[in-house]
Amino acid sequence: MVKAFVRHRGRLVTLPRRDVDTDQIIPKQFLKGVERTGFGPALFYDWRYRPDGSPDPAFELNSPATQGATILVTGPNFGCGSSREHAVWALVEYGFRAIIGPSFADIFASNCYRNGVLPVRLPAAEVDNLIRSTDGGVHEIVVDLERQVITGDRGFHARFTADPYGRELLLRGLDEIGRTLLEEPRIAAYERRPA
Amino acid sequence: MKQPVPKTLFDRVWDAHVVQQLTDEVALLYVDLHLIHEVTSPQAFAGLRRESRRVRRPERTLATVDHSIPTGDRSRPIADAVAARQVEALGSNAREFGIELFDLASPGQGIVHVIGPELGVTQPGMVIVCGDSHTATHGAFGAFALGIGTSEVEHVLATQCVVLPRPRTLEARITGARGPGVSAKDLILALIGKIGTAGATGHVIEYTGNAIRALSMEERMTVCNMSIEAGARAGMIAPDDVTFTYLRGRPRAPSGSAWTSAVERWGALRTDPEARFDAQVSLDASSIGPQVTWGTTPGMVADITACVPDPAQLGTDAERRAAERALQYMGLEPGTPLAGIRIDRVFLGSCTNARIEDLRAAATIVRGRHVAARVRAMVVPGSQRVKAQAEQEGLDQVFREAGFEWRNAGCSMCLGMNDDVLGAGERCAATSNRNFEGRQGRGGRTHLMSPMMAAAAAIEGHLVDVRGW
Repeated sequence: MVKAFVRHRGRLVTLPRRDVDTDQIIPKQFLKGVERTGFGPALFYDWRYRPDGSPDPAFELNSPATQGATILVTGPNFGCGSSREHAVWALVEYGFRAIIGPSFADIFASNCYRNGVLPVRLPAAEVDNLIRSTDGGVHEIVVDLERQVITGDRGFHARFTADPYGRELLLRGLDEIGRTLLEEPRIAAYERRPA
Repeated sequence: MKQPVPKTLFDRVWDAHVVQQLTDEVALLYVDLHLIHEVTSPQAFAGLRRESRRVRRPERTLATVDHSIPTGDRSRPIADAVAARQVEALGSNAREFGIELFDLASPGQGIVHVIGPELGVTQPGMVIVCGDSHTATHGAFGAFALGIGTSEVEHVLATQCVVLPRPRTLEARITGARGPGVSAKDLILALIGKIGTAGATGHVIEYTGNAIRALSMEERMTVCNMSIEAGARAGMIAPDDVTFTYLRGRPRAPSGSAWTSAVERWGALRTDPEARFDAQVSLDASSIGPQVTWGTTPGMVADITACVPDPAQLGTDAERRAAERALQYMGLEPGTPLAGIRIDRVFLGSCTNARIEDLRAAATIVRGRHVAARVRAMVVPGSQRVKAQAEQEGLDQVFREAGFEWRNAGCSMCLGMNDDVLGAGERCAATSNRNFEGRQGRGGRTHLMSPMMAAAAAIEGHLVDVRGW
């Protein structure tokens, strides 16, 4: 069951890098579990913690101003590489509900929709505006999936177009498997077709 | 009479699998073959159990262990208790739901994308999914094969279908004759370098052109394998006699009259001359040399004769920052010739380059020579059958005598989930597919290249142009 996403107000944290791959989001040593939980503390592990295990103060998520952030703003091709859904589970467990960037890797975006996380594609210039908007400290925005609009405390305003199917999944918090199982007669008919 | 609409290879496979059109873009697509492994499946089975759901078609599902398993001595239990629990979970899930499993003790065990083709379960025209992004490998047979997340794995287990937006199509036309020392790996690395790591996002790549037709089946798998590294949903190559010759006689391939009719059906899986792709790119195979990556994405790649690029010369601010960061991580200075960069480790393995032809190619370089002092080199065959075949041909002796470690099959140091990892600052010549930060171990530095290039680097102790050999 997907957690519904209609509208979300939250604090931004920016990670202005391109090609952030899922190996960075959740390194491989944390993939050995058999549960969907326990990944939050390992989010961005190699960037977030120094080799001695202490938080790296230079990493964006460790800044005092970004604590409690629920919206990540980042560069193009976020979530590229491995299909590991653990990356999205880690983002969710950390508290993220939306990720805003110029583009996302296909499998990552698909994993987001199935875990109640909204990937928002905005033109690079608008993403840059958002990134700059956090220079003065805390910035809260509202991501409205129903109206497909983002509004910020500092006058930021942008329209976006979500993937229509992903939007429906999120707005309704659909049980996708349950819905497909209702199509059993069609699936069975497909299986009976002549080769 | 109305002319049929011209179709691409992808269109043909997609259209034949639509169970239901859910929206203009999104379809419920039937899955012919579902491959599973220990890392991305346990949560999917837990979901089924929670909802009291069954696996709809266990006979269309095939499991193996590959990602987190050790590649050393298999007579001993797995030392990593957490990994052992994950491997056990796959075993008990397979038993509970009636799924065939190639476990650690099986002679058929191996990397999921190596054993599918090896068994002949991977066939032209299929829709194949797996909770692994390198599922694109199977597209080499003219299948639509793609990586999915664990929620989708659960969906496929329960319904034998996957919900997908229809991808766009991109033709990658690769023409011309490859020079000596230039491999399939170099073709795909050069293509990724040209279009970038997001160059094919939202698209299925069909590889066409005489340079693709000239490839062996295993070489085609290497090309399709790395489609995801260009951001593609999948990569495909239209089946031909090379495909059919490879499949004929494989344990799970059709036989007798079923074979004849299958080949007839498969022969129709091609792109019509009038069909249109949404995008096109071309590459001249005769113009490229052996490729090596210098950075932390597969798109940060250059000819071995080139130098480490100067970030200041790059087009945009974002590219400059990414290159600066990559060079800092890689410990490289702009302007350094790539040939000559010293290495500490060599990894010959992965679903990209650990099939028998890869091992043969590397062995021709290694034969009668020895790995450089200080360099630790290992060969991890893609499957236990590849390993057995190599041993039958005496390749294990060639590698062992040269100072390589000869391992059991698995993903191993491609992603370092087991104990095959790089130490911080260690530099590795690898035949795998990803050079991301920390991919092979925290602080480890990966240079991607072909098996011949990695073998030559092992001998010399530094990156080297294999054409000089």
